[in-house]
This record gives sequence, structure tokens and C-alpha cells, in this order.
Amino acid sequence: MSKTQKKKAPVLYGTLPKALTGITGLDEITEGGLPLGRPTLICGEAGCGKTLMSLEFIVRGAVQYNEPGVFVAFEEKSDELAMNVASLGFDLKKLQEQKKLKIDHVHIDRSEIEETGEYDLEGLFIRLGYAIDSIGAKRIVLDTLENLFSGLNNQAVLRMELRRLFGWLKEKGVTAIITGERGEGNALTRQGLEEYVSDCVILLDNRVVNQITTRRLRVIKYRGTVHGTNEYPFLIDEDGISVLPVTSLKMANNVSTERVSTGVKGLDDMLGGLGLYRGGSVLVSGTAGTGKTSLAASFANEACNRKEKCVYFAMEESPNQIIRNMRSIGIDLQKHIDKGLLIFNASRPNLYGLEMHLVAMHKYIRKYKPSVVVIDPITNFINIGSVSEVKNMLVRMIDFLQEEGISVMFTALSLNTVVSEQTDEGVSSLVDAWILVRDIEFNGERNRGLYVMKSRGMKHSNQVREFVITNTGLNLIDVYLGPDGILTGSAREQQMLLEQTGEAIHSSAVNRKDREIIRKRKVLEAKIASLHSEFESVEEELNKVYLEEELKKQILEKNRAEVTRLRRGEIAELPKTSSKK
Amino acid sequence: MVKRIDKKWELRLYVAGKTPKSVTALSNLQKYCEEHLKGQYRIEVIDLLEKPQLAEGDQILAIPTLVRKVPEPIRKIIGDLSNEEKVLVGLNIRPA
Repeated sequence: MSKTQKKKAPVLYGTLPKALTGITGLDEITEGGLPLGRPTLICGEAGCGKTLMSLEFIVRGAVQYNEPGVFVAFEEKSDELAMNVASLGFDLKKLQEQKKLKIDHVHIDRSEIEETGEYDLEGLFIRLGYAIDSIGAKRIVLDTLENLFSGLNNQAVLRMELRRLFGWLKEKGVTAIITGERGEGNALTRQGLEEYVSDCVILLDNRVVNQITTRRLRVIKYRGTVHGTNEYPFLIDEDGISVLPVTSLKMANNVSTERVSTGVKGLDDMLGGLGLYRGGSVLVSGTAGTGKTSLAASFANEACNRKEKCVYFAMEESPNQIIRNMRSIGIDLQKHIDKGLLIFNASRPNLYGLEMHLVAMHKYIRKYKPSVVVIDPITNFINIGSVSEVKNMLVRMIDFLQEEGISVMFTALSLNTVVSEQTDEGVSSLVDAWILVRDIEFNGERNRGLYVMKSRGMKHSNQVREFVITNTGLNLIDVYLGPDGILTGSAREQQMLLEQTGEAIHSSAVNRKDREIIRKRKVLEAKIASLHSEFESVEEELNKVYLEEELKKQILEKNRAEVTRLRRGEIAELPKTSSKK
Repeated sequence: MVKRIDKKWELRLYVAGKTPKSVTALSNLQKYCEEHLKGQYRIEVIDLLEKPQLAEGDQILAIPTLVRKVPEPIRKIIGDLSNEEKVLVGLNIRPA
């Protein structure tokens, strides 16, 4: 790059200066708003929100950015306009008094006007110029300029003057919005206004698919800047317009290593004893009546117990119904609602289109900033969109929640006929954890089994647990693994009873045997004692014999000695015994 | 064939500076009035370059615009008034 170019670069190649619209989401799509000091065309069919969007641009400019604006209404009178937007909280009268806003109603009535000879639209220019100068306006809206065409005959003059008008607006340096009704065929506007406005064209659209209307917005062209090119759904509600810049391209969300409890002790244990990661997403799927909502409510309840906020999107049941039903299993949600920790938002899936649901959820989440979100269930979304659309929507939802570090629990109904155990919405691959609740049919009864299909980044149990809903909440019980396989419910209870009985019998048997042994020992001991005494008497007998023998021997010896002595001639005085002869 | 009307005619001609079109319009108007409404009319020329705030009141878009304030109802004729027939019909001086 040469030196001169470098010097000029910020001036010539600097990013296009833009004017923030203040409309939620639109500034993100346009990366900063509408081109500053240039005209922008907003076109679309009747009733798609052109007037509202342009008016919001003016009002937000006046209120938020301190840029006064002029609204030139070719269609509605200023009172009508004020009334139309009063419901959105825009107080046009006050703004007009504060000189932040000027509404100029340009009335064209063909029946009043006769044309003769040449003319130009200098009068309009003067009016606009006067309106702009009187409040120092930085923004202007011409709604709908095309009405000029119905009021005046001379098309050639009109077209020439329009071209001049756009040039003049640029010269004035005001950021302008021109609205135009969508023309026939592919024409963006009836009168081809787009050929005069070359900087930025935004198309609004109101499409009905499957009897559900969705408003969408698309930036058709925006010279000299990057912009979102997709169709973005937008919502008109009590806060004005919100556009959803849906697809986040980055996947660079921060992740948390903090774990949060699911509210079910047994389930936490299955998930490594700690529960789920904060900011993670978990899908609970299962067939009808397996306790998905109970799990979800328990998750929400636990979050509220931690004094965290939770938004519960109920898609099937009304909040009151959920509260009542959960009370029966010992979960009191009402107290959390009273404290403002739990916020219910109930809407039927077919209330509006998928995208609108997303927008509405976004709004809710941004408004309440919860740390836990429950969507119960996502199944019915399939009624209002194709699988891929639903999946897309949920991807964006998960993306958004992850970005905000919000934990989310979805519940989904899976059908028994689905062999692969995939949920209909195909979101199972997107979520961080997938808990499957299924019924186990055995011995003429249905019981609930729960297992963790997947849980990213943590050790988790591979077991099927029996999932029991009691009066005091949810519980997980180890299923009984008997010789006949896995037993649940009453079969498990029975087996356990059986075992208890067996144990009792067994222990009594053991007792008996013990006693017998003792007795036997006693007998033996007695026997040993008698043998002992027998032995003693035998021994004594033997001893007696020995002694006698000894005595005899002694006496004999003595006698022999006596005899011997006698034989030698010595007369024995007295032979003691006349023993041996 | 001029129909005399007892009402006073109040005519306003909006111009923006002394453009050829404005000059033509004014001279045309004066000519017609002298011919048909002699002594019964009043012409007020408003230059919007000087008084732009007046443009809103009479809903002026095009220049030049002739507004018949009185008699009611208000009628507007835009252009340089070169077509006498149209002007007279437009102002209801001559029935269509």
C-alpha cells in the first residue's frame, strides 16, 4: 500500500458510518444499523410492519440516541399514528412536545387537485426541509412515498422529482427510511422505488405456512458493508419489534466445570454423583407417562431452591396444571413463583411459527436472565415445522443458551415405534446429556426405568435404574437383578420379600443346628467324663495289682533272705509267716 | 358566458422563489381573474422559500399550487395554469 493510500484509508475505506436503529436484533443483522445519512428502503406487503418498523426507528432514535426525527405520513394522520403505537409504549405526543419528533401528515386527495401545466414538487421539499430544520432532525421516514403516485398524474415529473428527492435527502445528511408496498411479481415496490434507493433495501415478509404466520425480514442489499443475508423472523409485541439474528457462527462459548444438581439424588449419583454441568443441555426423552415433566419440574424446583431463576416454557400443560400435578409428588412450585424465582411461560406450539417461538423465548430469557431453562416438551414443535426446521431452531436455542451459560432441560416424547430410540426432533446429538425414561413392561405391569444414554464429559452410570414417583418426590432405585433377569415394580418387591422370608427360615435353621452341636458336644463331653472315670478305676485296679505284686515280691525276698540265713544255722527267732515251705 | 357570483374569491398561489413556472402561473392567474372575476377576487402569493411553515397548512406538495380558499370547498390546481379551460373548471368558475 502506498503512503497516500494509507493516509486516505480511514476516510475512503473506513467502514460505512451507520445509525443505530435501536430495534432489537436489527442492529446485529446490519452490523450497526442503517447507513448514516442515506436513504434506506423498507418494502413489503400490506400489514407486514413497515410503518411500525420505521416509526420505531424514529422513536428509538429520539429517545435512545438523542437524534430527533421527522415522520412524514402519507397514509395515516398523526393522531391515528399516535393511537396505533400507543400500545407499544410510544408516547408520540410527548415526544412532539419535546421537539424530538415531528409528524407531518401529507394529505393527497386526487379529487381536490387539478393539474394544469408544468409543476414540480418543490413544495414537498420545502415542507420536509422545514420539518427537518425545525427540530434539527437527523432521521426521517417517508411512509409511504408511493401514495404520491396515486395522487398525481404526471409520472414523468414524479420520477424526476423522486430522484431529486433522494439526492436532496443525502445532501441534507439525514438518515432516511422510505417505505414501499410490495409490487406484483418480483418487483419490490409498486413504483420501482428500489431503483432510486441503492444503499440499503430491507424486505419484510409475512408468510403463512401451515396456517401459521411468521413475519420475516431480509436485508436484500446493503452497499459497502457486511450484513446478515438470511431471512430473519421478527416479532411485533408490546415492546415493539424484535428481530432474531439467529445463527451464531462462532462456537466459542465459555464452558463451566461447575455442576448443578438435577433435583433427583439418584440421578445425580448416576451422573458421577454431582449432577449436570452448569450451562449444559440435557434432553429427557421417553414414552408417554414416564415422568418427564416430573423430572423437569424437579430440575426447576432444585434450581429455585438454590435461589436461582428458572424460566419454564410449558408447551402442553398450563402452569396451574403443572403446579397442581407437581404438588401431588411433593414439589411445591407455587412458592417459587411467589418469590419470583420461577417464571412460567405457557404457549401452545401452534400459537405461532417456530421462529416466533424462538424469538419469544429469546425475549423471555433476556428479560428474566434465568440460570435454568426448561422446555417441556419440544415434541409438539414438529407439528409446525419439518424435522430439520425444528432441529435448526433447537440448535440455535441451545447455542444461545450456552452463550449465556444457562442450563437447559428439554423433554421430548419418543414413540415406541421409533426403533433407533432417536427422538423425533433429532436433537439427541446436540445435547450434552440424554436421559431416557422408558417403561418396562413385565408380569402385567408397567414400571419406569431410567438410564443415562449419554453424558458428555463425565463419568456416568451404565445401569438402568427404576424410576419411582412417590408422594415426596422422585427417586431412583437399583433394579433387582435376579436369576430371572431384571425385575421391577411389584416383581422386585416380591422378590425382595421372598428373599426376606428365605433369610428368616435360613437363620432359624442355623439356630437349630447350633443348638444341636452344643447338645452333641455336651453328650460327647459327658462321654469323655465317664471314660475318664472308667479309665481312673482301671488304673486304680492296675495300681492295686502292682502294689500287691510289689508287696508280695518284697515279702518273698524277705522270706528268702530269712530262709537263707536260717540255713546257715542261724535259727530264726520267729518266722513271721509260715510262708514258703 | 361568464357566470357572476356574488361571493368574494380568495385565491392563494404558492410559489417557491421567482421560477419561470411561478411567474407564468401568476401571470396566467391574473389574466383569468381579470377576465372572469373582475373586482371580486383577491390573490395572495405565498413564497414558501420565505415562509416554509405555511406549506403544511394547505398541504402543499407541488409548486406552483393555486388554492381556492373561498368559496368552499377548497380546490387546488397545480401547475403553471397554462390551460385556461382546466383552471376555470377547476376553480368552479365555469361549470364542467
